[in-house]
Amino acid sequence: MHPVLKTVLQRLGLGLLTLLAVSIIIFSSLQMLPGGYAQNILGQGATPETVKNFNHELGLDRPAVVRYVEWISNAVQGDFGNSYSGTTGTIKRSVSGIIAPRLYNTFFLAAMAAIVAVPLSLFLGVLAALYRNSWYDRIVNSVTLTTIAMPEFFIAYILMFFFAVKYRWFYSLSTVSESTTFWEHVSRATLPALTMTLVIIAHMMRMTRASIINLLASPYIEMAQLKGVSKSQVILRHALPNAWAPIATVIAFNLAYLVVGVVVVEVVYVYPGIGQMMVDAVSSRDMPVVQACALIFAATYILLNLLADIVSITTNPRLLHPK
Amino acid sequence: MSTDTPAPLRNIKARRTTVQNIVRNLKTAPISAWFGMIVIFIYAFFAIFAPWLAPHSENEIIGKAYEHGSSIALLGTDQIGRDLYSRLIYGARNTIGIAVITTLVSFLVGGSLGVLAALKRGWLDQGVSRVVDAFLAIPVLIFALMMLAVVGKSIVNLIIILALLDATRVFRLSRAVALNAVVMDYVESAKLRGEGMGWIVFKEIVPNILPPLITEFGLRFCFVFLTISALSFLGVGVQPPTADWGSMVAENKTLITFGNPAPLYPAAAIALLTVAVNFVVDWFLHKTSGLRDGK
Amino acid sequence: MASDNKRVKGDVLLEIKNLVIDGKSDDEWKPIIRGIDLTLRRGEVLGLIGESGAGKSTLGLAAMGYARGGCRITSGSINFGGMDLVAASEEQRRSLWGSRIAYVAQSAAASFNPAHHIIDQTIETAVSHNIMTRDKAEADARDLYKRLQLPDPDTIGLRFPHQVSGGQLQRAMTAMAMSCRPDLIIFDEPTTALDVTTQVEVLAAMRDIVVQFNTAAIYITHDLAVVAQMAHRILVLRYGNLVEEAPTREMLKQPTQEYTKSLWAVRKLQKLESPSDDIILNIDAVDATYGGGTSKVLDNVSVRVPRGRTVAVVGESGSGKSTLARAITGLLPPSKGTISFNGKALPAALANRDRDTLRRIQMIYQSADTALNPRQTVRDIIGRPLEFYLGLKGATNDRRVVQLLESIELDESYIDRFPSEMSGGQKQRISIARALAAEPEVIICDEVTSALDQIVQEEILQLLMKLQKETNVTYLFITHDIATVRAISDEIVVMHRGKVVQQGAKSKVLNPPYPAYTELLLSSVPQMDPDWLTGLLAKRSAKH
Repeated sequence: MHPVLKTVLQRLGLGLLTLLAVSIIIFSSLQMLPGGYAQNILGQGATPETVKNFNHELGLDRPAVVRYVEWISNAVQGDFGNSYSGTTGTIKRSVSGIIAPRLYNTFFLAAMAAIVAVPLSLFLGVLAALYRNSWYDRIVNSVTLTTIAMPEFFIAYILMFFFAVKYRWFYSLSTVSESTTFWEHVSRATLPALTMTLVIIAHMMRMTRASIINLLASPYIEMAQLKGVSKSQVILRHALPNAWAPIATVIAFNLAYLVVGVVVVEVVYVYPGIGQMMVDAVSSRDMPVVQACALIFAATYILLNLLADIVSITTNPRLLHPK
Repeated sequence: MSTDTPAPLRNIKARRTTVQNIVRNLKTAPISAWFGMIVIFIYAFFAIFAPWLAPHSENEIIGKAYEHGSSIALLGTDQIGRDLYSRLIYGARNTIGIAVITTLVSFLVGGSLGVLAALKRGWLDQGVSRVVDAFLAIPVLIFALMMLAVVGKSIVNLIIILALLDATRVFRLSRAVALNAVVMDYVESAKLRGEGMGWIVFKEIVPNILPPLITEFGLRFCFVFLTISALSFLGVGVQPPTADWGSMVAENKTLITFGNPAPLYPAAAIALLTVAVNFVVDWFLHKTSGLRDGK
Repeated sequence: MASDNKRVKGDVLLEIKNLVIDGKSDDEWKPIIRGIDLTLRRGEVLGLIGESGAGKSTLGLAAMGYARGGCRITSGSINFGGMDLVAASEEQRRSLWGSRIAYVAQSAAASFNPAHHIIDQTIETAVSHNIMTRDKAEADARDLYKRLQLPDPDTIGLRFPHQVSGGQLQRAMTAMAMSCRPDLIIFDEPTTALDVTTQVEVLAAMRDIVVQFNTAAIYITHDLAVVAQMAHRILVLRYGNLVEEAPTREMLKQPTQEYTKSLWAVRKLQKLESPSDDIILNIDAVDATYGGGTSKVLDNVSVRVPRGRTVAVVGESGSGKSTLARAITGLLPPSKGTISFNGKALPAALANRDRDTLRRIQMIYQSADTALNPRQTVRDIIGRPLEFYLGLKGATNDRRVVQLLESIELDESYIDRFPSEMSGGQKQRISIARALAAEPEVIICDEVTSALDQIVQEEILQLLMKLQKETNVTYLFITHDIATVRAISDEIVVMHRGKVVQQGAKSKVLNPPYPAYTELLLSSVPQMDPDWLTGLLAKRSAKH
């Protein structure tokens, strides 16, 4: 088998294994509680009878392995069971039914931020690397260092304070519903997207700068210069073909960061995404929803890193052209 | 002729005492690092002496809700009429305290496991590394949210959960730096001498991996501090009535929409501290990596 | 070229005057090159020789008008073919690079771009500077590969850098440098990273091609014997100053400066061998494998080490000589065979040996930088084995440390120093003192002089011999350097690919009749004779 294909398959296998391990961790987190989940929810005063009924109602009295297999095989098909809250008697709210529209909203927001942030920060980061130690580079360094250190909600509220409250350019609350049109959605999500963009750009520029500087320090780059290759050709012919792997890693890392960052930003702007929903579910201890959200976040995270690794593998000349 | 005399170029560094070294380093520190150190010092001062510095106690109700700044309440009052300024000062003590304890626990657990894994290798290293890999695939904030939903919100739970999650990150770093030290000939030499584990870890390895670990401590502290603030802001971290910067933002957030910047103060307090720590860490990184280049 | 000793006729190609280059260390600019003059004529090969930190690479790159990051040309002029490279614009310099001045770096593996075919990199300058069409340049590259005696010259260019060996890549880089037929090539330690048997082929190929095209060259190396084969004229550098300059033969015959003479000090050192049958360490039919093992690193290795003598284990990289040391110390227990010490079998694994056994076998490493803990003072480093093995404490311990310092010719003022406060040679002395502190019977020396400058090497070897006389300690001396072997050993073990090729008294191993590999190895070691390479090549081709 070709080494590239072999390595890609190995990496895919590892990704699947990680996903499996993560799903087990997420599922078993519920089992770790001393006294059990029911006891905790119902309080110390609950009689064994009530605990038993509660467990039976939620199906918690069956063996954990059985429940895990059932949960994960349903999850793979997009069925995460029923929400605990609002479940009375025969009326059941399916978790996937609640999640689906919100998942769309979250990806909408993340995509808006990524479309601006990724190209911009790559461009600015490469620029900072090429003009190392210039005044531009120094300013970039301090500004991004400051931005990285700030909590997302601080940036979010500053933007809201100025752009929504003082100047009233944008909405301060990003309420959208299924009937919202595309452009209306874009305009209502502008401030949260801008917040995410600022945070990501800072991280991503720094990482891009560092990996490009690392790349330019390679002896073969010096050799190319000493061969009289022009500056633009050094970058295009000699640096770029070797830059895909580090760039893919930087992008994946930051998109993953973006996905986590939405949680806080969604809450600030009351944007109906999966992050806000997870926070609500945590407060009401609605475990099926919490676990579904955690699994979705973790899967996105793993998937992004997997993609970056596959880019690295398929652009590695040592693997592409084996001995 | 003695040819071992030092070359004029590669002159041997004159001996300096530790104090001289520190003074010399401080003299060459950039403004950003000075700014960072001063800010950290002020924060520490307020955190330690909070009860003497705050005009009111943590939960004393001194007026009506959402009053504007006055001579009684410097920054105004919060949603139930407590003094924002006093709560900010107590917040320093609570929020920073929790973050410091969490980071310490995380380093104690993650750091010692990391060094041990690097030294012992074999099944211990393999086992712990695989488990840690799985945990690394789940974002800390998401995992913390989930665990808090399971075990319930309390400061102790918060510290334990975050410390353990963060320990996985510390494990990975300390294992990596310890691996670099373990392959050094001086460690092999100690093994060949027949030295025990304790000597090898504490006399040979730890002194050499301290600088990167100290840097990492600063960064991990920032991360933990921001995560705790985010969790508190989301209402699942530090619970009322304890004064905490993240929760204070959440409690007063409605003021923003009325054009009152009061919720920004605790948020700014968080930002200022993390910026300060980052500036100091950045300088420290520069310092240690620069020394490595020039030997 | 080296065979003619006459002054080379030709126009002046390169003239460097009063060049000063500063380098940045600890945020301060300090001079690396301190006012050097240099003249090079067309077709002439100039050897630049010096030890680490002498500034020879910096000077070589400056001949191109290039200064690495962290370096700057402070004053002086560099005149190449009528253009002052110091005053010239970036653009003007770049127009010369690759086409009229070319560079051959030490590490070919790192200097080739992993993403492109070798031939595309070979012809890049010729095509981009519009010197040749692509087709013509490719044909020319194939011709150059042939002249440089690369295997499969027609197709080797279609491979990627990681697909060919180090020696081949180094020749491919020479072809790359030659592609525009430059007036000057800078060779920056091009064979330092290669094994000695590979080095011969690469040296021969490089020498022939510069002669064929009458190219001028600056050949940078730390090895006087290598430069003697390549250069018409030699320039000796030390600490950024010019020490001595003379035509090659003249310099080899009668160097005028003390420092220059000291450069071949090690080669003059020679211990008189004395045989002994009192075997202290007997390695018997030992096999060793790494990683639970499919490939043997040691294959049926037997070595007998007589008490109070020095046995040198010599071989190239991958010969298994360092693995042998790991097997003896117990770090890598043999998969087969036994090692006995003083007539008793040594427990295979380190963990099963008692403290007194450990004390009797000590080890000294190649690099004192990694062998000494940078966070411990000399007192800690030497005092620890005294306390650990002999139970010496407090003032007694200190007194013994001072005694040991005296025996390695350092005074007591060193006792509170950290390794970073000492020179390379001093640090290696401390390593020796640490081994001596245990009062061992056997010391394994793993390439202990390889990282040191020539003069310091000699001093360390002298010290080791003095200590052997005083304490009757046995050395197992692992090295790749034949000159060192000659200097210090009583007996020699030649290793190749995990096997022992030969063991015997020094006089026997170093004289004919040789086994085939020993002959190849010995004959490949460059000699201080400018005709050595020519003679060797003639001898080898006569054989085939």
